[in-house]
Amino acid sequence: MIPFNRYYNKFNILSISLVVISLVLLIFKGLNFGIDFKGGTLIELRSTDSKINVSSLRGNLSQMNLGDVSVKNFGNEIDFLIKFENNDNKNVIEEIKFNLDKSFGNNFSFRRVENVGPKVSAELLKSGIIAISVALALMLIYIWIRFEWQFSLGAILALFHDVIVTLGLFSLLGLEINLSIIAAVLTIVGYSMNDTVVIFDRVRENLRKYSDIKIYELTNISINETLSRTLITSITTLLALLSIFFFGGEILKGFSLAMIFGVIFGTYSSIYIANTVLVRLKVSQKTVLREEDKN
Amino acid sequence: MLYFSKLRIFFITLISLLFILIASSNLFNFDNNLMNKKINLGLDLQGGSYLLLEIDNNPVIVQKLQNLTTIIRNHFKEKNIKIKNLKLSDQKLFFSVDDQFKKKVLEVFNDENSDLNPYNQRFKSHQLDIVEENNVFIVNYSSQGIIELKTSSQDQALEIVRRRIDEIGTNEPNILKRGNDRILVELPGLDDPMRIKSLLGKTANLTFRFVTNNNEDSFGAEKLKYEDRDEEANVSKRIILSGDNLLDAQPRMNNQTNETVVSFTLDRVGAKRFGKATSNGIGKQLAIVLDGKIISAPVIRDTIASGSGQISGGFTFQSATDLALLLRSGALPAPLKIIEERTVGPDLGQDSINAGMIALVIGFALVILFIFIKYKVFGLITNITLVINLFLLIGILTIFEATLTLPGIAGIILTVGMAVDANVLIFERIKEELKDEKNNLIAFDSGYTKSRTAILDANITTLLAAIILFFMGSGPIKGFSLTLGIGIFTTLFSVYFIARLLTVLYVSKNKDKKVLI
Repeated sequence: MIPFNRYYNKFNILSISLVVISLVLLIFKGLNFGIDFKGGTLIELRSTDSKINVSSLRGNLSQMNLGDVSVKNFGNEIDFLIKFENNDNKNVIEEIKFNLDKSFGNNFSFRRVENVGPKVSAELLKSGIIAISVALALMLIYIWIRFEWQFSLGAILALFHDVIVTLGLFSLLGLEINLSIIAAVLTIVGYSMNDTVVIFDRVRENLRKYSDIKIYELTNISINETLSRTLITSITTLLALLSIFFFGGEILKGFSLAMIFGVIFGTYSSIYIANTVLVRLKVSQKTVLREEDKN
Repeated sequence: MLYFSKLRIFFITLISLLFILIASSNLFNFDNNLMNKKINLGLDLQGGSYLLLEIDNNPVIVQKLQNLTTIIRNHFKEKNIKIKNLKLSDQKLFFSVDDQFKKKVLEVFNDENSDLNPYNQRFKSHQLDIVEENNVFIVNYSSQGIIELKTSSQDQALEIVRRRIDEIGTNEPNILKRGNDRILVELPGLDDPMRIKSLLGKTANLTFRFVTNNNEDSFGAEKLKYEDRDEEANVSKRIILSGDNLLDAQPRMNNQTNETVVSFTLDRVGAKRFGKATSNGIGKQLAIVLDGKIISAPVIRDTIASGSGQISGGFTFQSATDLALLLRSGALPAPLKIIEERTVGPDLGQDSINAGMIALVIGFALVILFIFIKYKVFGLITNITLVINLFLLIGILTIFEATLTLPGIAGIILTVGMAVDANVLIFERIKEELKDEKNNLIAFDSGYTKSRTAILDANITTLLAAIILFFMGSGPIKGFSLTLGIGIFTTLFSVYFIARLLTVLYVSKNKDKKVLI
């Protein structure tokens, strides 16, 4: 048996620091919102001329009065991603096409064009925030129906930990937040809950089975009993995600990365946050039995 | 938990085979109706354009209120009430009447059978609200009135947008209402939406009006710019003909001038009016105004009674074709603005399909390999289940002809990774049960029973997340929640029917041997 419980305190301190650091990052550094949430235009270009590079493109586009233009390579040397803020020019794409053709010859194909107006981006941001809040609320209700309040609190704290730390990591690394990241965060919420619930299920079962074992030991037994399941599921999920990350193309990179972080944090938090909450709240056999008397 | 009747085994086998067949129908072309269903590829996979248009209803409101000024004046004139200081500002009408008529005016506006201010029984609301402030009546659209107005202009705009897009002839466009002032247009396979964007961006409000030099025109006049040059002309506000009177419009080559023109045919009313106007106005300039700009203003040389004519204005063949198309399909009730656009070229779409498929195959192979190494015989059972699960998932998507997006493919891969969970929970539980229980059948049975709540919990939480995403998300993200959500059901089916059946078959054969998981 691995003595997970020996490190409860240490990892709690680590988790609290991670959450605090993440919150500080989120407040002061903020998130790097993509055009979905900030509004603006995104163009994915492929050039057939290897002489064209980021700086020559940037030089060319900066003369076009587009405001703050960002140009970078997208996955390889011949694909470029151009982003700029909203402007009122309806024909801006046409003008960019014309301008690039004039300067570099007809050596580009426009692979993707996305343009999100300010009103739509504000709505998308709002519905993203609502979606995550509703998801958290539903999970809360679900777990509250299924378990005693001490368990609910543990699961919810683990959930918030995972979401906050994942977003904090995105803030730290300056990774872009777009619609697919919202999807990833919601899936993380589901996954983290899933992981926690499986261990809790076992804790509750063991509480009934062993009346003489303290919760500190009991959580450790439960974690160990479910450990191989926890690891195998995490590994297969990570295998699938790594495959998306490495082979699924540039567009899914952010999504799969967020999910990879989320699965790792989710696995960690169901062991080291959800369970320690039970220990700190001194959950005992009475907690479980009292609830059953009520029913 | 372990017993399967022959009938049940038969049905499970049948369903599995059926779904394998349906899923593989995506790869072949079958002629019969049942089998020719296919998964739709989302715009991000097949390439295409997604445009979200917003209708700017403000001009419509102003125009309607403008029309209302005359209606109100005439309505009260009949009742010998003189409307004074009637003016329109900030989408509100202001007017005043002599004190003794005030009550009467309010009565008319608040009468449920009033023609002037229609009453909606269902929503218990008039179209217009009226209030009195400092002896001045203020009339504006009620919130219900605004909704009715928006809905009707959305209906009209939708029809016009559909006609314009149909005229261009893209394949299988998807044109839908969103809210009460938006229209969603999905154009699969279109890699350059430039032309459609410019066509949808035009209101195409065409009018024929005389150019006047004196400002004494009783209808008033306005200065309008020429479309192709920096010049202005004074144009009467009296509309002789509008686009509504057009029956047909076509681009033509004028043989005499060698110029591209748009020739048009008028309906009967239009032809009569045009004939009259051209016979009275010989020598005058007739301005052809499109969306507030003069296309051309030819001098009338002859009466045109035939009901057909030509518009010239330095067109290229393309611009003449587009103008003819706009005129044929009619004017939009209000200007449209593109507030969101997402266009994916077909080559990126194909690259995404390829990348998604490679990721699926590799992800699938890694998971299968890992599970086989970990669980041997039961790994094999899990893997067979996983394959059938994949067919079930694709089969359901096929039956509903669902739309598969790139995040949708990610959802399938993720399902593969997470589907293993249920089987792992069961096998790990059985392993524990086998420690104390020597009878294989009993150990397996309680393994299945005891792991059930954990499996349900685990899947319900993921399902909740998927449902929220489905309702909140848009486009590609919806595709992700769809595959993730359906994946949960197929996983539960395949774990509890297929994997269990295979497990039972294996265990009953090896009842008395030691079974290693």
